[in-house]
Amino acid sequence: MSSDAAAPATGSVPRAKSTGLHKGDIRPGVPKVDPIVVADGVKRTFGGLTAVDVEHLEIPRGAITALIGPNGAGKTTLFNLLTGFDKPDSGTWTFEGRSLAGVPAFKVSQRGQVRTFQLTKSLGLLTVLENMKLGAKGQIGESFWAGLFPFLWRKQEEEAEAKALELLTRFKLDAKKDDFAASLSGGQRKLLEMARALMSDPTLVMLDEPMAGVNPALTQSLLEHILDLKEQGMTVLFVEHDMHMVRHIADWVVVMAEGKVVAEGPPDTVMKDPAVIDAYLGAHQDVDLGVVTGRYEGELPSGAGEELAAEIEHEHEADAPAQQKRKGRA
Amino acid sequence: MDWLTIFGNTASSLIGPATLGYALAAIGLAVHFGFAGLLNMGIAAYMAIGAYGYAISILTFGLPWWVGVIIAMIASVVFSLILGIPTLRLRGDYLAIVTIAAAEIVRLLFLSTTFDEYTGSADGLSGYHNSFRESNPLPEGTYGFGPWEYTHNAWWVRIIGILLVALAVLIVWAIMRSPWGRVLRGIREDEDAVRALGKNVFSYKMQALILGGIFGSLGGIVYALPSSVNPGVYVTSLTFFVWTALLLGGAATIFGPVLGAIIYWVVQTLLSNILPALVTAGVLPFMSTSQAQTLRFILVGVALMLLVIFRPQGILGNKKELTFVK
Amino acid sequence: MSSTNRVRARRARWRTATLVAFVGAFMMLGTPAMADEVGEDEPFKISGNVKLDGEPLENIRLTVTGNGVDEEVETDAEGQWRVGVPERATYTVTLDEETLPEGIAVVDETGEDTTPNEKEVEIGPGGRVTMNFFIGEGERNVTSFADQLISRTITGINFGLMLGLAAVGISLVFGTTGLSNFAHAEMVTFGAVIALLLGVTMSIPMWAAIPLTIIVSAGFGWLLDAGLWKPLRTRGLGVVQLMIVSIGLSLALRYVFQYFIGGGTLQLPGAATAKFTLFGAVQLSWIDIASMGVSIAVIIGFAVWLLFSKIGKATRAVSDNASLAAASGIDVDRVVRIVWIVAAAMAGLSGILYAYYRPGIKWDMGAQILLLVFAAVTLGGLGTAFGALIGAIIVGVMVEISGLWIPSDLKYVGALGILILVLLFRPQGILGRKERIG
Repeated sequence: MSSDAAAPATGSVPRAKSTGLHKGDIRPGVPKVDPIVVADGVKRTFGGLTAVDVEHLEIPRGAITALIGPNGAGKTTLFNLLTGFDKPDSGTWTFEGRSLAGVPAFKVSQRGQVRTFQLTKSLGLLTVLENMKLGAKGQIGESFWAGLFPFLWRKQEEEAEAKALELLTRFKLDAKKDDFAASLSGGQRKLLEMARALMSDPTLVMLDEPMAGVNPALTQSLLEHILDLKEQGMTVLFVEHDMHMVRHIADWVVVMAEGKVVAEGPPDTVMKDPAVIDAYLGAHQDVDLGVVTGRYEGELPSGAGEELAAEIEHEHEADAPAQQKRKGRA
Repeated sequence: MDWLTIFGNTASSLIGPATLGYALAAIGLAVHFGFAGLLNMGIAAYMAIGAYGYAISILTFGLPWWVGVIIAMIASVVFSLILGIPTLRLRGDYLAIVTIAAAEIVRLLFLSTTFDEYTGSADGLSGYHNSFRESNPLPEGTYGFGPWEYTHNAWWVRIIGILLVALAVLIVWAIMRSPWGRVLRGIREDEDAVRALGKNVFSYKMQALILGGIFGSLGGIVYALPSSVNPGVYVTSLTFFVWTALLLGGAATIFGPVLGAIIYWVVQTLLSNILPALVTAGVLPFMSTSQAQTLRFILVGVALMLLVIFRPQGILGNKKELTFVK
Repeated sequence: MSSTNRVRARRARWRTATLVAFVGAFMMLGTPAMADEVGEDEPFKISGNVKLDGEPLENIRLTVTGNGVDEEVETDAEGQWRVGVPERATYTVTLDEETLPEGIAVVDETGEDTTPNEKEVEIGPGGRVTMNFFIGEGERNVTSFADQLISRTITGINFGLMLGLAAVGISLVFGTTGLSNFAHAEMVTFGAVIALLLGVTMSIPMWAAIPLTIIVSAGFGWLLDAGLWKPLRTRGLGVVQLMIVSIGLSLALRYVFQYFIGGGTLQLPGAATAKFTLFGAVQLSWIDIASMGVSIAVIIGFAVWLLFSKIGKATRAVSDNASLAAASGIDVDRVVRIVWIVAAAMAGLSGILYAYYRPGIKWDMGAQILLLVFAAVTLGGLGTAFGALIGAIIVGVMVEISGLWIPSDLKYVGALGILILVLLFRPQGILGRKERIG
């Protein structure tokens, strides 16, 4: 994991996991000591298909929570709902005690709950620095009339630039600051998107598959960045397929299947939960999903493992049309 | 063949009211499409609203010409709000179809005999020049040299047109280098990403629609300023012609729309003078003079296709900065 | 500014496409054109006098229709009116009895004519003709609302089927390639122009000329895909770029048509076929009936092809998800090529039928209905062929029926307004499905 691993704040020293996040027995929907997000009865259907049906879910503050589950479990849809990018059929949810139901996405973000996307959304024809400065909050120059008069916003712009350069240095993108974002590699775009989200000093950072499509050389550095966020007092919620990463950095894991929360708890406990095994891991609870998909080396029971791998492949394929679908049917 | 007349007319079109009107409309379209990514196929409606708003203010309500200009601008803002509230949430090509439909609705309303008293239906409107000409500071007479010799009234139209174009260029230049412009360009690239960063995307798109719409309506006024408002002008083809001018110069550039409008009209004027002359001179024996006039519109269509295929960034655009988001 | 008695030329570009015979009874719901003469620059004139007991009647509305003309005119203070028409042909003049004073109507002297306020006139050798109506006390010739509704619905279905032939093609092309093809309008005009070339210029009988036209249109579709769209797909142009290319193509083609056929209106043989009363107030010509029959037959054939043939199934698969279809061994390029051929053939047929429906062939006839076709496609849900068909029939019927309440020169406004409303409330159309975000 070479030099990428050397994040300036803490390096790759193993860091302590947050514990004691919940109250009472561990079960789906368990109350948290200090929840930052509380969702109740959130339901979203597409036609006849129920994508999300969450009775009760609390996300603990100041911790890293992973949202896992097989493809089509409704993770991204739940993300979209919580961030205002999609509207549920019913349900309420709060962020820091204030209701977010019906609040448009940009206001959700202004309140300090910032997200990234599964497919990176770097703004290709803006430079890396412009991308970063776009993330800054409360800019005077972003109002039309003030925008016409540079002396009103020049000072603020310089501050935003300084902050952007600092973050870019941390994310090792400072050399690329004047390049178009379109010229970055996939992994660099992921980093840029995360760095951009941090420009607004969020309270809750929601990362949708931060590792998807990232060059393994960058993986470790991304992990360190996520751990840094927690250290700086932010709450992190992320969707991930990679069990290795989940085990490595998550303090709390929420498992979804078929739109419902089927289990939650600390990573090691959750992996042994029969509901998770049923819903997600089949009979191979001891096997890293990373091993199954071939991303990591490890022991895989013969025969049965290939079955699961085939199943996962199948799920990938089944999911693809749903995501690429833009048009109706002839 | 009278080469002198042909080149004189062509040179004259450099600062003709049609050129200036197209330049303003193309600047508006650059704000819509080049910077905000809004696929507005209804710029003709904005030009119609400008021209009719101006003429009706003067003819029906007897207002001075500059009040007419203000009213036309307000009317274009109202149209932007009516058009934008339902449609700005739509995806690119849907937006194109809706805006072109809205433009047709506007045109049909102006053309309908129902509002004949105000719009003159198919006759259009004319005879609204008094107030404008009275405010002309130039003493009566002819000014200029060579092909640019005009009467004081013709100069007054051109001066106002040039001032408006300059003002529009200045505003677009100033606003697009500000954080406001940055948000707008971000929306062009990916509006969800900008939304996730806490910007009210809908509001920015609406502001862009309004700003570009005002330029479009001013373009309509300048186009109609010297002569009359003719409903036959504001057809969908006008929208396509302005698009051609815009893409010629470069959609996401400051001076591109102006350059594009100038090239468009210089070439149009040249062709409309030279082709019939060639036919008369027997150089194009297989063609009638009216066919020669049609030929230049065929060429516009072909030029539009070639531009989009081979140089979508336009003459002034940066090769890397293609405005077409795939 | 009062504009009474002003001279004007009212020439709607989006010419109202109502069937000639129906216009008479329905135009009474239109709005007045405050003028004594329209089309003054046209070479031939129809004129007349409207008087009651020797006294001139002012502001009496008349309409002149037929041969691609649909003009409204009002009498001046002397009770006179005059309409210019482009060709020496037969026109229908209708006096709007609603505009006559109370208790006054057009009287029928022979006692045989059930619609005395509606007369056929033929331009005489002198290039002009006078048409006077006998006016006196009597019962007005008014068609009941229900009758109007029925006959307009039937006209609308005919119009809608014709739009449908074009809409299905646009929808198929959009579904398989993502292109919103503005040049589809010119593929419609192409059909009409080729039919003109074969049927009139080359004097081939229409029964042979029409199938030949469809074959030529299909070839045109092949040419467009092979010569333009396939190479552009290979170049990797985005859908927005492709759309603007199609706009350029649309402009170029429509002026090519104007280059060859000029700016006037031309007729196919048999366009002036007489109408007969089918039942009640419903009047149709054999051409109308044949047109509806052909449309229905072609659409059924198309549906069977799309639903059951191998290529039809492949087409639907490509519309659904092109990369998945390609991965399952479907030759996407071949499917798209066939889609272009089918779409162009149906557009060509639509053009022939439209030439009879308007009636007349004009260089920009396709562009006149393009937005109605888009409205139909959007209403049904972009990319769904059957949705487009249903959308087309709804649009066709709505355009005709809305004329009962709104001025005839604004009847397309209603359809376009609906297009915007649909996008506002149900952007996926009637048959489309909601898309998933993220």
